[in-house]
Amino acid sequence: MTSAVHHHAAPRGFLRTHVFSVDHKVIGRQYLDLALVAVVTGMVLSWLMRLHLAWPETPIPGLGKLSPNGAAGGVITPEYYLSLMTMHGTIMVFFVLTTAPFAGFGNYFLPIQIGAEDMAFPRINMMSFWVTLVAFLVLISAFFVSDGPALSGWTAYAPLSAVGKDAGPGQGTGQTLWAVSIALFCVAQLLGSLNFIVTTLDLRAKGMSLARMPLSTWAWFITAVIGLIAFAVLMPACILLLLDRLAGTSFFIPAGLVISDRLQPHSGGSPLLWQHLFWFFGHPEVYIAILPGFGIISHVLPAFARKPLLGPRVFIVCLIAIAFLSYTVWGHHMFLSGMNPFSATLFSVPTLIITIPATIVTLLWIGTVYGAKLRLATPALFCLGFISVFVSGGISGFFLAQPSIDTYLHGTYFVVGHFHFVMGVAAMFGIFAGIYFWFPKMFGRMMSETLGKWHFWLTFIGVYGVFMPMHFIGLAGNVRRYAAFTDDYLKPLVPVHKFMTIAALLTGAAQLIFLFNLIRSRIRGARATDNPWQATTLEWSTASPPPFDNFGGRPPVVARGPQEYGASGAAGGDGGSDDYVMQAAPDR
Amino acid sequence: MGKLFAVVVAIIALVSAAIFALHIWWLPPDISAHGVRIDRQLSETMVSSGILFVLAQLALALFVWQASGTTRGIKTFPGGATPMVVLALVLVGAEILVLTFVGSKVWASIYQTPPDPNSLQIEVQAEQFAFYFRYAGADGKFGAMHPELMNDANENFFGLDPANDSTARDDIVVGSLTIPVNHPILLQLHAKDVNHAFYVPELRIQQDFVPGMVIPLHFTATKTGKYEIVCTQLCGLGHYNMRAYVEVLPQDQFDQWLKVKAAQQ
Repeated sequence: MTSAVHHHAAPRGFLRTHVFSVDHKVIGRQYLDLALVAVVTGMVLSWLMRLHLAWPETPIPGLGKLSPNGAAGGVITPEYYLSLMTMHGTIMVFFVLTTAPFAGFGNYFLPIQIGAEDMAFPRINMMSFWVTLVAFLVLISAFFVSDGPALSGWTAYAPLSAVGKDAGPGQGTGQTLWAVSIALFCVAQLLGSLNFIVTTLDLRAKGMSLARMPLSTWAWFITAVIGLIAFAVLMPACILLLLDRLAGTSFFIPAGLVISDRLQPHSGGSPLLWQHLFWFFGHPEVYIAILPGFGIISHVLPAFARKPLLGPRVFIVCLIAIAFLSYTVWGHHMFLSGMNPFSATLFSVPTLIITIPATIVTLLWIGTVYGAKLRLATPALFCLGFISVFVSGGISGFFLAQPSIDTYLHGTYFVVGHFHFVMGVAAMFGIFAGIYFWFPKMFGRMMSETLGKWHFWLTFIGVYGVFMPMHFIGLAGNVRRYAAFTDDYLKPLVPVHKFMTIAALLTGAAQLIFLFNLIRSRIRGARATDNPWQATTLEWSTASPPPFDNFGGRPPVVARGPQEYGASGAAGGDGGSDDYVMQAAPDR
Repeated sequence: MGKLFAVVVAIIALVSAAIFALHIWWLPPDISAHGVRIDRQLSETMVSSGILFVLAQLALALFVWQASGTTRGIKTFPGGATPMVVLALVLVGAEILVLTFVGSKVWASIYQTPPDPNSLQIEVQAEQFAFYFRYAGADGKFGAMHPELMNDANENFFGLDPANDSTARDDIVVGSLTIPVNHPILLQLHAKDVNHAFYVPELRIQQDFVPGMVIPLHFTATKTGKYEIVCTQLCGLGHYNMRAYVEVLPQDQFDQWLKVKAAQQ
């Protein structure tokens, strides 16, 4: 099984240990720290957007000084609103939802869970983090260029994104920085995905057969396979976009465009080509964001239910089915794009079919809760919350998968509510479950349960207050990506927007509890034992935090599956401390 | 804590379902010939997926309620994973089959059927941040469009060349859409600069404009009145303000309106 064993010496010096480290644990933490900075940035941007939508004329204190061009006197201009929206979406999708659950937790825990000392290619691993960081800095730098960040949304539809500054403020340097940033991000993710795949296939400890791999590792592995294909399409697409912008090519720009009364010097390109390339990446990206969450929930929930996940093999088959189907559904983003309407049915059917494995997985989680002996610590609460919000977000997919209903709902807040629940909030709940679960392992200290529970309840109720009403107003035809609602039929919906804004601010404030808990527990949290949750997988067989080579020079030998809880354990499920058997425990 | 979770989840599920069921926020009244089928499809989806939504949330709530604070040993779900797989395949599979077969018929009736040959044809030009509409005039022919002649300052939104093109001379170009009631309409969508979209919630129709493409869109309005056309494809800073009106008139009033407009050319 262990066809390659990876060794490298412990680093010396501060820089090599904590900054330019090749240790997968340090790199995983760096990814998580980056995601934390990114999520705070993205959340603040969303507050500004929500404040503006609810009270468009009211100045936001201090904003005028921070952004004299975009928000003179603290009042956000329509173009600045779109820039905030573009940056919010880009930061959240790429630098939070891809970075934290996949690159962050995956880097830290995948090697430990399979009993390896490190990733297969530690230097490439370090490079992928630093390229991601550069990509983030390039993206953020757009706030400091004269005409501001891009305003064409996280999807950057051409030709708006391709024709340059004639198309409006932000479409000059800001859009170029966006494309450079995303191309760099793709490079980093390709390196990371390759590393995950090789590590999983080549560096498993003795006895760690594929069937014994923890479900979280399975999810990271499958996500890496999806990422290897998806980012390999987006990266060249971004390069083509840059060529259109900077080198005068016309991949995405047709002939005869007149912008600001100027005939554009392009011919022969296709705006739909960009949409096809983008969504060929973009829909699998949804699963890149959520599948690690699937894995984390399926890994964490059994530890608190004190019983194995119902049907772990069915779960893995469903993940593989989702990965495969994720490449056949991209056109459902384009039902109304002008693509041949006959192809709408072709894309609609797999979109509906992909709900079957997703439904099975959800039922497996619910079935796991049945008859459990629930220990409701904070990680478990976030697992249960994940199931609830994933159901809420998944159900609305039934509507949008049908072209005939999409005809009405496309471009409304119904879509915004749908994807925020299913890939935003659900993925965030997966991240939170992961942080509360693995924090003791990563830092050797426990997080405060009291603060954790406050954080959970306020967040859980808060997100329903923010995103459920979006479905209601979407049904009423409330269009998205509007900087203000000046249309006659939209004005009666503004009170709902005010409600959502207040809910968003309160939910955001609840995240301060989390931040406080995170920082305080790092310094003053109670000392954690090696296995505080009485879990079974290899990360709990080593010290908290793990030593540099993960297992202190004694590579584990795996004798059993990853979820021997309850009845299948030593004492037959009496709920005591001996109701589980660890993967590394010697064979009976 | 588990019982509290169960109660909160149940309340969230039931209140959300009630708001949908009571139509507190709902689609505006339909004014199109095809819309009734979309509305029916949407209602059927709402009922079937609403039931799945409530059942899944309540099952989660019930199991969490039972599993918290219990002193009994653990229990495996009766039958293991098999009933979950069967349930998903049967319930969701049936829903998918119904939705696909019924839904694709509705879609086909709007987007895959040819327009009525007697349709009134109107050209639409979308640009940052306005819609313009063009009627063929007395000769029934549209003048050719020349991008190099498109100029907002001269109000030549369609790039017409009336000096050299006799078919362009009587074309009627206006900033709002006026159509006769109960008469099939065929719009030809052109985009001058970037992507835009044509969305009239009451007409139950939405379609992107794409530069370099002419996209046909046909429908019949069944109620008179004035409704807003809004852009739903992000097109730049003025996107939120990009709108026009569609006025649906009785046939005689429409004929009169067209006559007056033709005389103004």
